[in-house]
Amino acid sequence: MKAPAFAYARPNSLSAVFDLQDQYGAGATLLAGGQSLLPSLNMRLSSPQILIDITAVPELSGVTVSNGVLRIGALTTHAQIAVSADIRRYLPLLSQAAPHIAHPAIRNAGTFGGSIAMADPAAEWPACTVALQAQLLLASRGGQRRVKASDFFRGLYDTAMQPGEVLLAAEFNLATAPQRSVFLELARRNGDYAIVGLAACTSLEAGRFVATRLVFLGAASKPFSAAGAAAALNGVNAGDTEQIALATRVAQQTLSAELQPNADLYNSAATKLHLARVLTGRAITALAASPRNAS
Amino acid sequence: MTPQPLETTIIINGRAVTRSIEPRQHLVDFLRDELDLTGTHLGCEHGACGACTVQVDGLTVRGCLKLAVACNGKTVNTIEGLTDSGELAALQKAFHERNALQCGFCTPGMLITALDVVREQVNTKTVLGRDQIREAISGNYCRCTGYQSIVDAIEEVLVAQRGAAQVLSDAAESIAQSAGAKV
Repeated sequence: MKAPAFAYARPNSLSAVFDLQDQYGAGATLLAGGQSLLPSLNMRLSSPQILIDITAVPELSGVTVSNGVLRIGALTTHAQIAVSADIRRYLPLLSQAAPHIAHPAIRNAGTFGGSIAMADPAAEWPACTVALQAQLLLASRGGQRRVKASDFFRGLYDTAMQPGEVLLAAEFNLATAPQRSVFLELARRNGDYAIVGLAACTSLEAGRFVATRLVFLGAASKPFSAAGAAAALNGVNAGDTEQIALATRVAQQTLSAELQPNADLYNSAATKLHLARVLTGRAITALAASPRNAS
Repeated sequence: MTPQPLETTIIINGRAVTRSIEPRQHLVDFLRDELDLTGTHLGCEHGACGACTVQVDGLTVRGCLKLAVACNGKTVNTIEGLTDSGELAALQKAFHERNALQCGFCTPGMLITALDVVREQVNTKTVLGRDQIREAISGNYCRCTGYQSIVDAIEEVLVAQRGAAQVLSDAAESIAQSAGAKV
């Protein structure tokens, strides 16, 4: 199908974006990579008055590391994240997740910020930002504010962003302790939306897991942080196979109590819970096996 | 109020093209309907099938998920341009010889996607095999071939490319050795 008619503007400053947002109000939609917006327009699921193409706004670009913070500009594409040496070094979870996003041609165009602002419950970056405790930097005419990723995602395609706000970047505090992470996803075909996925990360202190986070995608209406299952890992000696086996069983049992997945068109809630338990086991095995186990 | 068309200049296959374009028109409709470049195909029109694959500023993208007006000032290469430049010649020959196309609808997108695989092998100097080929083309649907022959064709080009790289590196080594022997 063809998109409905809309106007288009490509301002090159944030203030010009805010002007257009003021002028058009709810009729304005921001366009970044367009890999979700354009399909929805082509299928006539939305009909904005104007698309504000933000790809020429300089503040939204680039991956930088300074003062213990890694900042990913909202316009950074999935493909750029996949090849970033800084991200591979400091936030390997993101490097592990990137290949799971759609297909190469879509990774070349789709953006980190677009995925986060869209808040698709099956998307990779929202779960990763929650797992890595990112702060999301929002700008409006009134100034800037930071929102914790765990507070940012509110529900199905629903975020803490207010009308007139633009997502500038995500900021990650660099860890001081050794980190381990793994990203796993089950999909019917390579590149399809996840049936269920898991972003897992932990720190090691004296060989033991601490501050473990297990965040599921595709399991609920927003990224689901399985705090109980993750707690089962804390204090466990990463090199002790018996401890790991026991912790895995406890984590899987705890998960069954805390996660009530939503069924989708193809998979029942019971199937999804089963698959989430399977991923939990695989993730713990990977976390215990090697420092930076690529998925 | 109907939104006004916007004057847009795009470098298409090496030539600057300036047209007044309706904002809602995506790149593939513009290429096909306004410029008669019908080698780029339109399948699903929502990013699933890959028939519309083109290059924008050197990156392989879905043409149906790019607005033509958003390509103002950018460089677009289509199957026509990449054929004329000869960049796809080895892949096209292998697709032909391996019977890697039947109806041909997916072929332009498949070739442009395959070109990235060949370039990746050259740039990273790593050996790319059938698994990597399958992953790379996983976003391009073919409803005729069953993919086997497409993977065969791309693999053939990758193997030939590795052979050529080996011949070059052997030649460079023997030149270096003979130069060293003279000193």
